[in-house]
Amino acid sequence: MAEDVKFKVSIDGIPVEVPPGTTILNAARQIGGDIVPPAMCYYSKLEGSGGKCRTCLVKVSKGSEKDPRPMPKLVASCRTTVMDGMEVQNITSPEVLEARKGVVEMLLINHPLDCPICDQAGECHLQDLSYQHGLASTRYEFERRTFDKIDIGDKVQLHMTRCILCYRCVFVADQLTPKRVHGVLGRGDAAEISTYIKNAIDNEFSGNVIDVCPVGALTDKTFRFKNRVWFTKPVEAHRDCPTCSGKVTLWYKGEEVLRVTARKDEYGEVEEFICNTCRFDKKATSDWVIEGPRNVKPTSVISLNHYDELNPPPVVKKNLLLQETNKEQFERAKELL
Amino acid sequence: MARKLLLTHINVPGIRTFDVYRQKGGYRAVEKALKTLSPDDVVEEVKKSGLRGRGGAGFPTGMKWSFLAKPEGVPRYLVCNADESEPGTFKDRYLMTHIPHALIEGMIVASYALGANTSYIYVRGEMMPQVRILERAIAEAKQAGFLGKNILATGYDLELYVQPGGGAYICGEETALLESLEGKRGNPRIKPPFPAVSGLYNCPTVVNNVESIAATVPIINDGGEEYAKIGIERSTGTKLISAGGNLNKPGVYEIELGLPVEEFIYSEEYCGGVANGKRLKAVVAGGSSVPILPANLILKTLKGESRLMTYESLADGGFQSGTMLGSGGFIAFDEDQCIVRNTWNFTRFYHHESCGQCSPCREGTGWMEKVLHKIEHGHGTFSDIDLLVDVAKKIEGNTICPLGDAAAWPVASAIRHFRDEFEWHVTNGQEAQTRNYGLAHYADPLEPVM
Amino acid sequence: MLSVKHNDPVEFTDELLGKFAEIVARYPEGRQKSALLPILHEVQAVYGWLSVPAMDRVAAYLGIEPIEVYEVATFYTMFFLRPPGKYALEVCRTGPCCLVGAERIMKHIETRLGVKEGEVTPDGLFSWRGVECLAACGYGPVLQIGPEYTFYENLTEESVDKLIDELKEKAAAIG
Repeated sequence: MAEDVKFKVSIDGIPVEVPPGTTILNAARQIGGDIVPPAMCYYSKLEGSGGKCRTCLVKVSKGSEKDPRPMPKLVASCRTTVMDGMEVQNITSPEVLEARKGVVEMLLINHPLDCPICDQAGECHLQDLSYQHGLASTRYEFERRTFDKIDIGDKVQLHMTRCILCYRCVFVADQLTPKRVHGVLGRGDAAEISTYIKNAIDNEFSGNVIDVCPVGALTDKTFRFKNRVWFTKPVEAHRDCPTCSGKVTLWYKGEEVLRVTARKDEYGEVEEFICNTCRFDKKATSDWVIEGPRNVKPTSVISLNHYDELNPPPVVKKNLLLQETNKEQFERAKELL
Repeated sequence: MARKLLLTHINVPGIRTFDVYRQKGGYRAVEKALKTLSPDDVVEEVKKSGLRGRGGAGFPTGMKWSFLAKPEGVPRYLVCNADESEPGTFKDRYLMTHIPHALIEGMIVASYALGANTSYIYVRGEMMPQVRILERAIAEAKQAGFLGKNILATGYDLELYVQPGGGAYICGEETALLESLEGKRGNPRIKPPFPAVSGLYNCPTVVNNVESIAATVPIINDGGEEYAKIGIERSTGTKLISAGGNLNKPGVYEIELGLPVEEFIYSEEYCGGVANGKRLKAVVAGGSSVPILPANLILKTLKGESRLMTYESLADGGFQSGTMLGSGGFIAFDEDQCIVRNTWNFTRFYHHESCGQCSPCREGTGWMEKVLHKIEHGHGTFSDIDLLVDVAKKIEGNTICPLGDAAAWPVASAIRHFRDEFEWHVTNGQEAQTRNYGLAHYADPLEPVM
Repeated sequence: MLSVKHNDPVEFTDELLGKFAEIVARYPEGRQKSALLPILHEVQAVYGWLSVPAMDRVAAYLGIEPIEVYEVATFYTMFFLRPPGKYALEVCRTGPCCLVGAERIMKHIETRLGVKEGEVTPDGLFSWRGVECLAACGYGPVLQIGPEYTFYENLTEESVDKLIDELKEKAAAIG
């Protein structure tokens, strides 16, 4: 097959052309906007991820040009590849929306809903998902499943009760680190992320499990209870790191760097994984070359009380040159406000 | 007497051993296939026979075989699914215990047809005695030159191994089985790719039920067309039915497909009627995951026709008034059985056996179990019944593998046909602890279709 | 059966290692992880359960990470992660067996042994638990006892009593 062959696909009536082998979800991301199915377990940078959470279910109303039969069941868009002429319904299908509502409800019945004390609140995908697709109340009246909090290493805390078993952290350990010591143990609704015996996840890239976790199950102990994310200001910065790309987001409160994360795209996926030295040990502004404020989606709670020309983060304010180079971003922020 | 193809010699003393099995005409199918037929000829015979997968799904076996990808230089595998775990089903255990060579012979024929040189029989771990029986049978067959290198001097090589599972119903799902065989957790794979393209060790693989594989022996011996003469419509051949529950003579029976359900339950040749002279309340005809039907609907379809033991007749009426032949796990309930309690029991089973990978099944099965437990123990409300129907609907069709459907169907069907019994549990919570609802009030809620 | 306390180091015998080698030979080169379930059964048959040191040894033998063994051992219900009784009675508790009295049998075993499900009798001889369908629905109620997984069918209170007495005698004879 020639390399420039493209499949014509339509998602909620919007046409797009993508190379063969593209998944429905990625085709939808190419279009962007509301028709992109939500994904809690799929992670484009982690091979083998996806298919489990079922939030990205869509309806294939036409299989392909050659075989136009619709698919009998809803399919996981993150793991189903497109065919030429395929027609997909996401938000135009009541069946899909109903199923998704069901999945959100399932994900929430055993979730502790402890957002007020959870460090992930404000950047939690489950929170976003339930606002967008869930019900306002629960029909579940039984005791929720709980687990004890455990420390896996001195920098990462595992709060299993919040976990939705997306398996992303397991893929990180498999694909980024030399030796996996944690995994999924038990089965069914008793399954849990654990090391089984007391064991520390200790290697240069282990901190990435925090970034890939869609909920507050794996959190940064150096940031624990320090602040709410919407009171901190994300700033892009880099350093010359021998281990990773060194491209990060610094989260400031006043003059202080409260935490360091990888840079995340609009789907919450990191652009590049970072090492633990960058994440945990470099918390002084002097460690970094500041690039400018991070562009935050206006719909995000993090964009609350954020950048405008009059009130840039202090670190940017001090650096007039940087203000100049980031003019475009300020302009955009101003427009949004 | 009905014709038997699989259990013909079941009562012959020593039939478990190679020598007696061989004396009774065993391994003729291997000789015929390897010496006179090409692998494609064997596939063709199986296609002609109309044999459908006996594990539950009923997919045509010959067609499944013809889907197997055959890239150059890549090994192909045949894996026998002997992880028999569906509540109500115990036919494979019976066959492997008493006539292990029927399975071994079928494995050789099928492996030859598929071009597999290494094949595995994945037996559920609890059947350790059967693992030993099969291992002994394999050693005997190898000794006699029917396994190993250059079988019967035809140049065909085959090694056959038995693999025990570890106690997980989900490993009956073919991709979970393959994961388990690779030494991993029994998490079903996300499809596509299907095993026919990428199965065991990422190689093309066919997974077949014990009975399907054993059935290839009479198909090769007598020819596919001869096999297809037995049965009705697209339900050809014979089928092993596991009869359990409140029956006079529970056990494994080989029936010709097309046998009326009524005859199966009441005739002396088969189950000999309901135990203890009681009346029949309900039947689960194909293993616990198929819809339960009240007695009137299992004996006759809504059109008033006699219900037959075939894939089509049992499914007549769809899920509104029909069910499925499934794996042939036939469970009879007498008038004193409590449908609510049984539904709770089945749901507890699916909750216990959910692998936990995908959210609707992981969370939904436990939720349904808790609600059913509440109703069964006299604390339910009317809205709980509707909630169950809705949760079942949210699971069905939205999961990675069919376990979600299998968990949803028994609940949905029990409420569809026995709603009054559920409601009685709600209104008479205390009384329901001491006596059962009985037979009297259930009625088919649907109007007959003309 | 060898008795192993929680973190006792474990040394596999040559006989056991011989069995492992035989099992590993069933799979293609590089696919030795396939041997994990059969090997865990062999280990459990010797020690009665799977201790962490035993699982770590298995991991080392197969050249996989210990977590891969823990993941598998905790997924499958046949593996004991704590020592059960010398005779672990596993009674089918699923629908068809319950239609013919499995719940009554479990109650009887509980009373007779004087321990709850999952607990071990003080003399260490017995434990019992309900398990899901054992694929013997026509012969219910049924129970099985490892490591041979001997089957006892069509159970009644009397036959259970007799079985327990026989096992006690057997244990006394072994000493």
